Amino acid sequence: MQATCLASHRFGYSEPQLQNLAHDPRSWVLAQFERPAAFDTEGLIDSAKAWQITRDVLKAALNPASTLTTGAEATTNQPQDALGPMTPARQVLRQTNLHGLGKRWQHMIQTTTPVAERWVQFWANHFCVAATKGSTLAMVWPHEYEAIRPNTFGRYKTLLRAAIVHPTMLLYLDNAQSIGPQSIAGRRRDKGLNENLARELLELHTVGVNAGYTQDDVTQTAKLLTGWTVGPNTTGVTLFMDNLHQPGPKTILGNTYPEGPQALDLLLTDLARHPACADFMASKLCRHFVTDAPPAALVQAVAAQFRRTDGDLKAVAVALFSHDVAWQEDLPPKFKRPEECLISAHRLMQKKVINVENSAYWVQTMGQALARAPSPQGWPDLSADWLSPDAVLKRIQWAERYGELYGKDIDARDLMQQAFGRNLSTSTAQTIARAESGAQALAFALASPELMRR
Amino acid sequence: MTDPTFSRRAHLQQLFLGAGLFAAGTLPARLSLAAQADQTSEQRLVIVLLRGALDGLSAVPAVGDPGWAALRGGAETPTALPLDSTFGMHPGLAHLHRWYQSKELAVVHAVASPYRERSHFDAQQQLESGGERPFVLSTGWLARALQATQQSAVAMTPAMPLALRGADRANTWTPSRRPNKSQDTLDSIAAMYADDVPLASALAQAMAQQDKSMGAEPATGAGLTVLAKQAGAFLSAPRGPRVAWLEVGGWDTHSQQTARLGRMLPALDEALAGLRESLSVHWATTTVLVMTEFGRSAAMNGSQGTDHGTAGVAFVAGGQVAGGQVLTDWPGLGRSQLLDGRDLRPTRDIRSLIMPLVQRQFQLGAASMNTVLPGAIQPLDNVWRV
Repeated sequence: MQATCLASHRFGYSEPQLQNLAHDPRSWVLAQFERPAAFDTEGLIDSAKAWQITRDVLKAALNPASTLTTGAEATTNQPQDALGPMTPARQVLRQTNLHGLGKRWQHMIQTTTPVAERWVQFWANHFCVAATKGSTLAMVWPHEYEAIRPNTFGRYKTLLRAAIVHPTMLLYLDNAQSIGPQSIAGRRRDKGLNENLARELLELHTVGVNAGYTQDDVTQTAKLLTGWTVGPNTTGVTLFMDNLHQPGPKTILGNTYPEGPQALDLLLTDLARHPACADFMASKLCRHFVTDAPPAALVQAVAAQFRRTDGDLKAVAVALFSHDVAWQEDLPPKFKRPEECLISAHRLMQKKVINVENSAYWVQTMGQALARAPSPQGWPDLSADWLSPDAVLKRIQWAERYGELYGKDIDARDLMQQAFGRNLSTSTAQTIARAESGAQALAFALASPELMRR
Repeated sequence: MTDPTFSRRAHLQQLFLGAGLFAAGTLPARLSLAAQADQTSEQRLVIVLLRGALDGLSAVPAVGDPGWAALRGGAETPTALPLDSTFGMHPGLAHLHRWYQSKELAVVHAVASPYRERSHFDAQQQLESGGERPFVLSTGWLARALQATQQSAVAMTPAMPLALRGADRANTWTPSRRPNKSQDTLDSIAAMYADDVPLASALAQAMAQQDKSMGAEPATGAGLTVLAKQAGAFLSAPRGPRVAWLEVGGWDTHSQQTARLGRMLPALDEALAGLRESLSVHWATTTVLVMTEFGRSAAMNGSQGTDHGTAGVAFVAGGQVAGGQVLTDWPGLGRSQLLDGRDLRPTRDIRSLIMPLVQRQFQLGAASMNTVLPGAIQPLDNVWRV
């Protein structure tokens, strides 16, 4: 029973019927990596189309007078930001992003393989992109479903390459406009390097900040990455453009790479095989899925598997989720991120999201502005990063609102009993039992320590 | 697993063993105590952290330096407001420029933390923790100062910034979309949290903050100015906190720097003006520090931006500040003068600026001070006018 609760809540997004996995919780987790549920991409646009939508918005923002909406439409959802008023192009952007988020939530709420979905979301956050700059406004969800989702159960290097050279990443971390100073374009236009992606590739995506690389390694990596850009004008697809590429060999962390597009795969292979990469990935994974300060034995086992299998992510997942330490009951629980709270609430209620924009606003109010993570490091992962007075108050306000929205035909006592069984604390059970209404009972359930922690 | 909160519960029950501190519906005793002991100090401190690394040479350009034109002299560079023969101020910082002229704002230039690499995340960790290297300390320098005194602080953020982690009397606050409807619901939830000390403490803090903000006009909307004005209201309340923390991201201008700073610096300027307006007469006893994790490359990069650098700029403003001066040992912008041939060379330790602010706010002895900011740091001695 205890392992069942861990499988459901620590590793997944909370199961409404704990008894459904009680017969063998470990197998329930591990089988998900054999057959992760398919993600339905119907109706989702590709990144080239997303780039078109993004460009339309930027164009409209530059010429606001010609595209102003009128009447009632103009007064609703009126944004106050650098993009100016709600143009028709912005309406398209808004609908596109809401649709992408809604499809994603639908999958997270309904999937039969929630642990595998947590795995996907871990990597999406590891390769964080954000709509915090003009060029990526519509590009965040396509990065997730095009670059991340199809690649999280194969080789790390494959995932790394897909994530790095996707148009969204090239735009988000400025590589699209990085130009080799001695390239044809660089000599002609007196333009040069942008080392943003190069630094984060080393620091955040592969070997980590303590791997011993220098500023020169960063600069050389930036030179190697020149040429990888997003098609000019309207194509919105990744291209390697020779005339932007810095000529000559580059030496990074002691290895020398040739001029040309083939250097990318050579570099990424070496970075993915670097011992520090395995250690870095293992510690991030264990911190996310198990506890804030994971025991060294677990981290070492996962790192060893990463090295032994050349970064076979399915094998890495098996090493993590079959390790006894991951199932240890007395490890300090984590405080869920706001979106994890929302998804587990919907899974427990077995309800779809009624209004995606509204729920996204609540998640933002609770501190997580989805698709707008504050830095390329992605959303932080320690309880201390999330548990604050204001955050707790906002979660309670959310729970109250959800109680009103969803509480009428839900019996919160049954819901909590079925989801937590005898792991439900007396304090929570009694508080819910004493509620004055269904709405208040559900609010108590959603604000309970059981729901906020995992 | 008996309950998702079990291990904290076991641990914390030991900590608070037998004290009966967590009777249902009551505040944890140390929090009630804190509420009682709310300081009567009139001294106020506001920290504004610009996350992402502000380009110091855009905010306070060294237009009189012989190396300036070669690095930044392009036509795109906006015409600076004059400060002295060497320095100007970005035209978007009009309020700050006025404060400089009225001697209420000082610029500290070529300043950096002891950190010499170029990772945002390590640099912010070090700047907020106050350690001599990143990740040697896991609590914040501001938190340690609070712990040594009876003062309390509020961060205008949903999450607790590292600088305030480790303090019992640190709060967080953002505007509510929809205030809690029912006090009964809140009270019941507080009781439900009785066995989960971190949740119980956080909720008690938040409820106390709501009480304190009742006198003030509740903020609506979003944006830094709203938060800054609300911070001023909290600091002005008779029993309010005396330390506030504001932060804003987006300064990582690897591309299109001129346009982006052309929007962001005026927004910062307006927010600081809003803070001052809201503080009203309390401006006289308030000190504001604006800082960032590091500076940016001295030359522009290949995409009209700048990459991660080392030294940058900080501002200190308020009624007691010896304003109207640029505090700097200016290292120069010549190629040989730049650090690694690319960055403004740091000549001042940001901690030497933080230290006199901490001393004035918290009145700490040498031993406590060394806990707040460890290491041999020479505090700047010309920050104060009065």
